[in-house]
Amino acid sequence: MATADAMALRAYSYWILRYRRTWRGTVVISIANPLLFLVAIGVGLGRLVGPDAAALGGVDYLAFFAPGILAAAAMQNGIIEAAFPVAVNRGPGGAYPVAAGTPLEPEDILHGHLLFMASRVVLSAAVFMAVMVAFGAARSPLVLLTLPAAALTAMAFALPSAAWAVTLTDIRPVNGIFKWVVMPLYLFSGTFFAVEQLPSVVRPIVYATPLWHGVDLCRSLSLGTVSWPLALVHIAYLLCLCGVGYLMARRLYRRHLHA
Amino acid sequence: MLDVLVQAAGLVKRYPPRDRHGTPFTAVDGIDFVLRRGESFGFLGPNGAGKSSTMRMIACVSPPTAGSLRVLGMDPLTQGREIRARLGVVPQDDALDRDLTVLENLLIYGRYFGLPKPTIAARSAGLLEFAQLAGRGDERVDALSGGMRRRLTIARSLINEPEILLLDEPTTGLDPQARHVLWDRLFRLKQQGVSLILTTHYMDEAEQLCDRLVVMDKGHIVAQGSPAELIAAHSTKEVLELRFEIGEQDKAVAKLRDAAIRDRLEELPDRVLWYTAEGEAALAVVHQIGLRPATAMVRRASLEDVFLALTGRTLVD
Repeated sequence: MATADAMALRAYSYWILRYRRTWRGTVVISIANPLLFLVAIGVGLGRLVGPDAAALGGVDYLAFFAPGILAAAAMQNGIIEAAFPVAVNRGPGGAYPVAAGTPLEPEDILHGHLLFMASRVVLSAAVFMAVMVAFGAARSPLVLLTLPAAALTAMAFALPSAAWAVTLTDIRPVNGIFKWVVMPLYLFSGTFFAVEQLPSVVRPIVYATPLWHGVDLCRSLSLGTVSWPLALVHIAYLLCLCGVGYLMARRLYRRHLHA
Repeated sequence: MLDVLVQAAGLVKRYPPRDRHGTPFTAVDGIDFVLRRGESFGFLGPNGAGKSSTMRMIACVSPPTAGSLRVLGMDPLTQGREIRARLGVVPQDDALDRDLTVLENLLIYGRYFGLPKPTIAARSAGLLEFAQLAGRGDERVDALSGGMRRRLTIARSLINEPEILLLDEPTTGLDPQARHVLWDRLFRLKQQGVSLILTTHYMDEAEQLCDRLVVMDKGHIVAQGSPAELIAAHSTKEVLELRFEIGEQDKAVAKLRDAAIRDRLEELPDRVLWYTAEGEAALAVVHQIGLRPATAMVRRASLEDVFLALTGRTLVD
């Protein structure tokens, strides 16, 4: 019998083949939308914001905003790539039960799909980062590290989303996640304005949310203001989320695909 | 070669409660059966009888709660991968990828089994021929009819050249012509030595395809044997079906009970069944006692009658 890695690659090859047929539709939501935000808000609205405003840490608004929207888009892509496809494919007629009838185990199905989610979020983040650099929004060569940082942010959302979505019998709750989780995090995690501008009672709540860690990590790398101990805290926090999400997903995939 | 393909003893499947207030649900409640190579075997019963749960356990995608199960001489709990590598599965909902082409669906499935691409390509050509889909390899699955999709699902399940083919209600939702085409294909597979295991709630399908049947109801096996054996054991040779005008059935049944003292009468909402060795003779009696049924038909007993006799209910409501 082949190794578990080879089994995961068999599952991965399904998603790749599918993607070759359907990639056009994914470009708009995962790449074009964040880029429109970057241009409309970063460049357009950013002109209205005084340059070197103290709250932005002495940089122009585009340089402040771009890494923030990179992280926020990564979160959104992580959830889009995990929650919808998992909820759709776990049920009757979906790709998961079909694969479960073959030598693949639920863990192989999970690993193959995770590999594909990771490919997707890395690809989207890379395109976004390239545009960000082209717009002159980066202030440091460390901006290259925003790619793994954004991918980590995306997977910190994708893994728990996959674990949750595999338990769903209907995909409607996924839309609720966008309304009640994605939108508030998108707006209040320091993406559009510095967290320090919020009332001091609210700030600890923001510091506890995962997107802020991703935003601060990406921003401090792009601006070259990174404090490595704090960056390690961000990375540890996001890795923790990935780890917990992965362990839950493993259990729940087995429970639901081998019911 | 192993002669016994599947062996179950005291097999139980219990699902945990759906929520805190629920109770566990026992779908399969201690069943025993043995399935031999080359045999085609059917699980017959109404919805909720436990057929699909049994199939899922055999397919090694659902661990048994209790009892023992051996498939191809192996234990599904520890050797699921090895067993599934030698099974073919045809789910009830075709579960094809509609965005992909016919050949791509076969390619993906073959990859799951770790088959090299040239092998998959060679087998696909033969399988499309078999499924009467030759020349349609590059069409999107979306463009196929229901019958074609079902045949493609069967072709897909054969890509790993399985020893056992599991079919969950293979012709549910198909029109009569598509069903006959499908039966013909399955019959050919059987002749090629593939063992079929299928679930159905259609009697004609069971009679067409199965050498041996297990009749299930509420998680139990209520009878097993060949279709002919089951009819001989649980029904008469012939059945007289009588329909009466609205409101007249009750009176008629009372009269019939006096006339048919030695035979079994079955009252259904829309008709009365008289189980008898001689249908024509029974009909003569009906006329003799002055009954004028709206329609009367003598037919051979079928598995439907067996099920009715065993459970008191019809199969498809």
